[in-house]
Amino acid sequence: MLNFFKHKKYPNFWKEYLKTFKTKQSKNINTTRFIVFDTETTGLDLVKDRILSIGAIIVIDNTLDVSDSFELYLKQDEFNAVTVEIHGILKVGKLIKYNENEALEKFINYIGNSVLVAHHTAFDIEMINAALKRMNLPKLKNKSIDTGILYKKLENKKDNHFNLDVLCKEFNIPKHDRHTASGDAYITALLFLKIISKLKKERTVHYSDLFRNQNSKGLL
Amino acid sequence: MKNTIAERILDFLKGYPPFNLIPKITLLEIAKNVEIHYFEKDQIIFSQNDNPHEHFYMVYEGAVRLYRFAEDKKHVLDICDEGDLFGLRPLIMKENYLMGAAANEETILYSIPINIFNDIILNFPKVSQFLIASFATNTRDPFSEKHKGKLFANIEAIKKVENNFIEAQSAKYTRNPITCPPSISVQEAAIIMTKNVINSIVVTKNKIPIGIITDKDMRTKIGTGLFKITDKAASIMTQPVITFPENITVAEAQIARLKHKVSHLCITKDGTNTSELVGILSEHDLNLIQGNNPLLLIKEIKLAKDAETLKYIRSKAAELTKGYIEQEIPIYFVTKVISEINTAITKRAIELSIKEIGRKPPVAYSWFAVGSQGRKEQLLMTDQDNALVFENVEEEQYESVKSYFLNLATKVTEKLNIVGFDYCPANIMASNPKWCSSIDEWKQQFKEWIKDPIPEKILLSIIFFDFELIYGNQELYDEMAKSVLKYIRKNQIFLSFLGKVTLDNPPPLGFFKQFLVEQDGENKDNFDIKSRAIRPLVDAARIFSLYHGLQINNTIARYEKLMEVEPQNKDLFESCSNSFKILLQFRTSQGLTNNDTGRYVDINNLSKADRLKLKSCFNPIKNVQEALKLRFKTSQIS
Repeated sequence: MLNFFKHKKYPNFWKEYLKTFKTKQSKNINTTRFIVFDTETTGLDLVKDRILSIGAIIVIDNTLDVSDSFELYLKQDEFNAVTVEIHGILKVGKLIKYNENEALEKFINYIGNSVLVAHHTAFDIEMINAALKRMNLPKLKNKSIDTGILYKKLENKKDNHFNLDVLCKEFNIPKHDRHTASGDAYITALLFLKIISKLKKERTVHYSDLFRNQNSKGLL
Repeated sequence: MKNTIAERILDFLKGYPPFNLIPKITLLEIAKNVEIHYFEKDQIIFSQNDNPHEHFYMVYEGAVRLYRFAEDKKHVLDICDEGDLFGLRPLIMKENYLMGAAANEETILYSIPINIFNDIILNFPKVSQFLIASFATNTRDPFSEKHKGKLFANIEAIKKVENNFIEAQSAKYTRNPITCPPSISVQEAAIIMTKNVINSIVVTKNKIPIGIITDKDMRTKIGTGLFKITDKAASIMTQPVITFPENITVAEAQIARLKHKVSHLCITKDGTNTSELVGILSEHDLNLIQGNNPLLLIKEIKLAKDAETLKYIRSKAAELTKGYIEQEIPIYFVTKVISEINTAITKRAIELSIKEIGRKPPVAYSWFAVGSQGRKEQLLMTDQDNALVFENVEEEQYESVKSYFLNLATKVTEKLNIVGFDYCPANIMASNPKWCSSIDEWKQQFKEWIKDPIPEKILLSIIFFDFELIYGNQELYDEMAKSVLKYIRKNQIFLSFLGKVTLDNPPPLGFFKQFLVEQDGENKDNFDIKSRAIRPLVDAARIFSLYHGLQINNTIARYEKLMEVEPQNKDLFESCSNSFKILLQFRTSQGLTNNDTGRYVDINNLSKADRLKLKSCFNPIKNVQEALKLRFKTSQIS
């Protein structure tokens, strides 16, 4: 009952978002809409730090559509001078910036019920969830895939933590624009396609294989 | 809105043709609409005969093989690697894919929507030129019968751009010129001219130009009292007028004025003298086009007092060539203008030499250019190749006549050498007693070459089969040309020998499109563009035109005539002509850049664009050589 009332107060965009999950989703790798994304943040603290930018690109049937990519920068109240050196986003730059609420609304509209893909998804999704919480909204409902874990599956490696740089080198992906959300999203998308392809070479890969994890902790 | 991914794609695109020819802002729009496709090894991108996709492809990473099934066999036609474009032509032609494409290894492709690219083709002539160059190759696909004759001709969009391009270089003429009817009096016409401050008036009938009256006519026909000012305008007008279509280029106009010795050209709707007048192009208009104007150069040549002056003028002509090539003026016009200049220099050198001798030539003669100058294909300084023929004379006169011409030729070749045309190392010059002969001797010589074609002699004789009159008696020239064609008609086997020699230059690409480079010597690892690419096309054009008895020497003109004579092979000859133009332009710009003959090309220093451009010219070479083999049964000659 409480849930019902809570639902009532959701803004329209969230209602629309929830609706997208009512339609039956594809269970086929080639027809699934994957959204590969990345966030740049002021730091690693889920409570204190904030999202600086979100970049994302859609992958359907092994194809990336540049015209349908997503790139957005957020206004910040929190500002951590240390991380500026890494991502190059200054507090007051020339870019058009949105406040957190606007940015999240745009992002939610963009993703719908797509499967989210990121390198070390857990962190990016938690950052989004933290922002949603500040808006009094629940967590994301999307399925998600971590390219880091996918790679571990491929190589049957147990505990190593593979950062994006290492994987780019291994898969021969040029590392332009590392540490911009869009640049990393783009690189991750290429990585995602290459890992799936390599997995396919070894065995038949089913849609569900992408989500099954080897450690009990789960993807998030 | 910032688009990092599109910028990244732009960074890749801009490194490869034709995208390197597109301004960044436009290229970013393209990049924003690119799709990135991932293909596993052996995955099919499109199949032969599929309907065309809405985009074409560029290899970002990996490699793609293009293949075609013919006679139940799969032929791999090409391997595209990083930066290569494919799948564009069917989109422009609106036809199904001629070939299939599959990933040769794990591959990432950029796909570019054709609807965006169509605008680019229209708005950026350099892009369409690049495409024309790369399409030149496939005008005739050896595996496809049904696509014959519909490739190049159908590229309406590109054709349109090509026209625009010529227009951009076209001569600026005066539109809506002042006209008068033929029935008015000279006085009335003079009043109109004076009122409008013009030095010429076009006489028209129903808007069709029938004559022209210039200040000169007023001076020479009225001032002298030959006609009265009450006479009709028609009685003093110069007629007929020389007419040209609206898109006349500067080069064409200059050539026309040289040829017809007129000061004004009439521009009409369709270029004929039976269509409506739209403008007039005067000497003045042309002179306004400043700089090294070929007309002025030719004027200077005619007034030159010595070889040093000619040398100086020729160096200005070299600058002119450079400018033309940089402006990408069609090579056909460039060669025409430069050939006119070279011809004028030779003429002047002959005139000056006759003056030096102090005695007029004893009998009629003509001076020929042979080889590339004979074909009017010289752009850069090359060796002089020339010959002389004189009228038949009585035996007792022969020695003195011949010694006169040998003396003359020696003086002329000396002067040409000063100008910068090196002596021919093979001594194919009119100063050589062998190549300074009477018409009967020449006929005998050609007869021998044609009847008894042994390989060593053929190589030498080839150069003489491209002979062009430079100076002297036209009848002697015509007589000689006719007799050569007659001998060939009687001895068709000669063409088979000629073909055989030509085929000793194989098509310049090895398997997987590697350039065949020189194996040893000074030019090791360089590509010999002259003998491997240009010469085979020149040779083929010569054989086919000798076969048809065409009295044409220029390679482009030969191919154009052949397209008419053999409509069934129109696309083959058209692709050869296109390739030839590209190669000639290429060699010339190479030569101008490196200050040499442009003959040897260092493949490793070529840009990707230039390598693609060159490669694209090689298929027609292969095709025309195949055609030679079949037509002249060269395999039966051992």
